Amino acid sequence: MRRILLSAALAALLTASLTACSSEDGGGTVAPPAGAGVEGVDDGTELALWTRAPLELQANALVDAYNKSHKNQVKLTIVPNDDYVAKVGAAAGSGDLPDLFAADIVYVPNWTNAGLFHDLTESIGKLPYADKINQGHVQAGTYEGKKYVLPFVLDLSVIFWNKTLYKEAGLDPEKGPKTLDEFKAQALAVQNLKKKDTYGTYFGGNCGGCNVFTWFPMVWAGGEEVMDAEGKSSNLGGPAAQKVYGMWRELQTAGAIAPGSKDETGATWVAAFQEGKIGVMPYPATLLPTASKSVDVGVTAIPGAGGGESTFVGGDGIGISKDSKKTQQAWNFLSWLTSEKAQVDVLAAGGSTVARTDLADNQYAAKDPRLVTINKAAASPQSKTPVAVNFQQAFNAPGSPWVTLLRNQVYGDPSSLEKDNQAITQVLGQ
Amino acid sequence: MPPSLITAPERPAQAVEPPAGRSNRRRRRSMSLTGWAYAAPTALFVLIFFIVPIAIVARMSVSDWGLFTGNRGLNAPENFTDVVDNRLFWPAVGFTVKYTVVTTVILIGLSLGLALIVQESNRWNGFLRTSFLVPSALGLASASLLFYAIYSPQSSPLGFLGVSFLGTPNAALWSTVALIVWRFAGFYMLLLLVGLQGISGDVYEAARLDGAGRWQTFRYVTLPLLRPSLALCTILCLTGSMLAFDQFYLLTKGGPDNSTITVVQLIYNMAFFGGNNLGRAAALSIILLAALLVVNVLQFRGLRDREG
Repeated sequence: MRRILLSAALAALLTASLTACSSEDGGGTVAPPAGAGVEGVDDGTELALWTRAPLELQANALVDAYNKSHKNQVKLTIVPNDDYVAKVGAAAGSGDLPDLFAADIVYVPNWTNAGLFHDLTESIGKLPYADKINQGHVQAGTYEGKKYVLPFVLDLSVIFWNKTLYKEAGLDPEKGPKTLDEFKAQALAVQNLKKKDTYGTYFGGNCGGCNVFTWFPMVWAGGEEVMDAEGKSSNLGGPAAQKVYGMWRELQTAGAIAPGSKDETGATWVAAFQEGKIGVMPYPATLLPTASKSVDVGVTAIPGAGGGESTFVGGDGIGISKDSKKTQQAWNFLSWLTSEKAQVDVLAAGGSTVARTDLADNQYAAKDPRLVTINKAAASPQSKTPVAVNFQQAFNAPGSPWVTLLRNQVYGDPSSLEKDNQAITQVLGQ
Repeated sequence: MPPSLITAPERPAQAVEPPAGRSNRRRRRSMSLTGWAYAAPTALFVLIFFIVPIAIVARMSVSDWGLFTGNRGLNAPENFTDVVDNRLFWPAVGFTVKYTVVTTVILIGLSLGLALIVQESNRWNGFLRTSFLVPSALGLASASLLFYAIYSPQSSPLGFLGVSFLGTPNAALWSTVALIVWRFAGFYMLLLLVGLQGISGDVYEAARLDGAGRWQTFRYVTLPLLRPSLALCTILCLTGSMLAFDQFYLLTKGGPDNSTITVVQLIYNMAFFGGNNLGRAAALSIILLAALLVVNVLQFRGLRDREG
């Protein structure tokens, strides 16, 4: 009898803990975000907002400005980059997601697919400037015809070059590369200075995300695609992509890539340029203010083999979580975020890219022609945000088939391209 | 307890139980209740912190359980077949075994050597013991970061050697082994030192009187008497190495070319870094748990046989 009681108690405990784990709280009684009009509700509610550490600067500026001008108060939580997916996953499982949370835009298709966000189609439709919001982000946040995500912070990839090193190498310090051949020639020119610890270029040789961000635009600039429209099959074995790999391989053979590149996992891939040790490299545009502190930086869009201008429209999208009970108040933040006040007075004033095409030529951009270049690159038709449900697994994850492909192309046996491209397709199609 | 005591009260012939028997039974019942009460706290802890989590992981391993989507019902044995079919599964198993063997051999050998060196108590050995033990005070993650700074070409003070510490599969393995040896040699040295000092001086004296040389003393006196300590160190070292994660996560992220992915890293990747599938991660955890159980059972059995 005692044994039966005991096992019954054990079973009860197990089921209790299991159901607690798997319970899914629909929260059907929450007010629809669109119910309170374009601006939402500003009634002194406290809202929780999560974002990852690389966007700390912009997130802090936005939240401070919002809290100063509104009754609602946003409480910001910044999570280390590598822990962010795990933290969101744990919270999603237990129904504890914050009211608002941002997501790396390339992960957004996977997260909308998993139903982590509230449907914002109606609310976004009511915004008078809805069609001016960065379409790359909006499309990445669209799933089965419904819009879930707005741009939070845009991060674009552009070419940075070190004007001081260019002068020393006899290059025109005001002219960056317009084709891949020019990129190679300029990197080699800096390398030929034979300065101690100074190299032509740098890249994240063991970092999938870095090269998604910087190499995809070199393919797009020539008018080619990296994946099919559904994000289920990879075109990274195509002719434009091969020219990109070929250039990096030649630079590697010529010794013009800093030796740290080969085992760069992404933790420090931007550091060497900031220390003034690199001539020219593709770089995140959000770091222009930081890099300008130590280096005289030139900026241009990323070219392809035959010219063209492209950029990877990255950064983070933001949405209202499925677990939020304060959706109308949360919408108030999102509505303000896309307004001119937030985009120009906070983001542009801080040197960041605006997420609305109608605000690209603003007073702050006018002061620094480099910002105009960046804003123009964002609006180029060849600039894209790639959309694929299994993006992280195929490209960004350590050990992804994309990392295998690019390492073979630059350091290993380049004849495996077809097989490596197939491996990416296989993961994308899962 | 003698069998007669158990069967005595149940004799059908006794219509009325003698009072002594009743109190005897009551005493026995209260004793067994006391026994349960003593065992209960431990049992409760084992239940809450061991059995329940394992049951949850076991349940996950047979379910379609996404990181964001939660439980979507049973799908056994799909997770297990997916895990074994994963392109990184066998490389990860192979690398984990290789790393475990290399680390255990080097670490135990070196720690034994260190322990023998600092066994005698004098001023210099006090200093040596402390310096061997200091790295153990550092957390593994901090130690990994320290070595990352030493190995990274951007910050390395060893840049003049012109060596890429993490650039090739072998270099990455040996660089990590160096970190682990630096971090743990002192700890295992301490364990072995305690074992060495537990060996009575009389035994050595007897060996000396019998004319045993230095090597013979070590081989036939020290080693056999040190067996329990060595066994403890080996078990700790094998288990720890099979569960290696932090050092590779921080130093190599599994690179270069997926050559340093360990099984636990694969679990982490399946759950949080790309896979977003807790079911598969749980399936791999169960496989790893089974492997650990087998290794430990074999070790304990081997140990007992030799002792017997």
